[in-house]
Amino acid sequence: MNCLQAEPLVAAYADGELDPVHALELERHLQDCPACTRAWRELQSLKKAVGREALYFPAPAELRSNLLAELRTQTGRQPSAPFWNVRSWNWLGTAMSGATLACLALLLAVSLSRPSGRDQLAQELVSGHIRSLMANHALDVVSTDQHTVKPWFDGKLDFAPPVKDLAAQEFPLIGGRLDYLGNRAVAALVFQRHKHLINLFIWPGTETATPPAAVAPRQGYNLVHWTQAGMTCWAVSDLNEQELLEFARDFAS
Amino acid sequence: MKAFEQAVLPHLDAAHNLARWLAGNDQDAQDVAQEACLRAFRFFGNFRGDNARAWLLAIVRNTFYTWLRKNRPPEGTLELDEEALEIADPSGTAAALHSRQGDAESVRRAVAALPVEFREIVVLREMEGFSYQEIAGLADVPIGTVMSRLARARKLLQKHLAAEFKPGGPL
Repeated sequence: MNCLQAEPLVAAYADGELDPVHALELERHLQDCPACTRAWRELQSLKKAVGREALYFPAPAELRSNLLAELRTQTGRQPSAPFWNVRSWNWLGTAMSGATLACLALLLAVSLSRPSGRDQLAQELVSGHIRSLMANHALDVVSTDQHTVKPWFDGKLDFAPPVKDLAAQEFPLIGGRLDYLGNRAVAALVFQRHKHLINLFIWPGTETATPPAAVAPRQGYNLVHWTQAGMTCWAVSDLNEQELLEFARDFAS
Repeated sequence: MKAFEQAVLPHLDAAHNLARWLAGNDQDAQDVAQEACLRAFRFFGNFRGDNARAWLLAIVRNTFYTWLRKNRPPEGTLELDEEALEIADPSGTAAALHSRQGDAESVRRAVAALPVEFREIVVLREMEGFSYQEIAGLADVPIGTVMSRLARARKLLQKHLAAEFKPGGPL
């Protein structure tokens, strides 16, 4: 790793967000590079300075007591009888307002909800793809030979990812690396079509095979998902959706 | 009420801290924090996650931006002068931070001077310790945006602090 590769990773490293493989490489680089080490130290002291207690504004006692008083008032005002209480003369009105409230709550729940698991995964996949481009470090093992790339993963992962070269289909394999997604180590195979890189992320999934399908693009990157031989596969690239699907079908066949 | 008190109220400090850094003064911060907690109470029935602090802070954030639209003209400061960032002299920052370890006031000024979109990411990352992923979910922006805003915020902070401690005086 050189300074150009190290520089964009220093912040993620200081924040504890760098995957173990890159962290190890960066640590090795820091041992020999005073300039990057200085940048890292400066970031550390900045983090420490901003994170110190003196800058924190804890809730004043006044806020706490006002809030509790307000909450007590609000709960006190709520009817003690459930809204479906048939003895209430206002039954229909109450039920109506209950339904309206439920609709409102549902709307709000939708707008407030955090991204779904699948959404979050798509985001992580695209981030993984971007990271690999940013750090100029898409590859841990550089080889166009599937018989070199496949054994390289042995002992680095708890599964054996399928590896094949698609040079004949004009998607030459250029190498592979380890990546970290959704709290697990995954295999990333890197293919190329013209100037476009394709990251293929693979990890164990369900046994049922599903054919390649595109999901909504994210930040300009296309994503295609499928499962084969018990493996979950995700291809991410700036390549157009059609060619990426073609790639996925070639790989799955 | 009891469940709400147990799950959400322990994070009142975090709610107030974020509101205070966003709003910039004590009175507005208290208004925003209180309004956010009351909203949280109303929607607590819909809370299904396991991270009540992130959930509450997302509400604080939404409450603040709603309040902001009603009460203040837009800050509109995201148009940054990239060149100004480049001439930052980070070597002065470390010296400044080391020589004035006790001077929280200058760091406070530097953070307060950040555009609000950067300030909130810095607060969530450095004061609350949220991960990039959590911040992305909470602030409803892509994780790449979290990373780039954080990087630019840090450059701005370093520049501000370096300038403040130069013989020439503050910015």
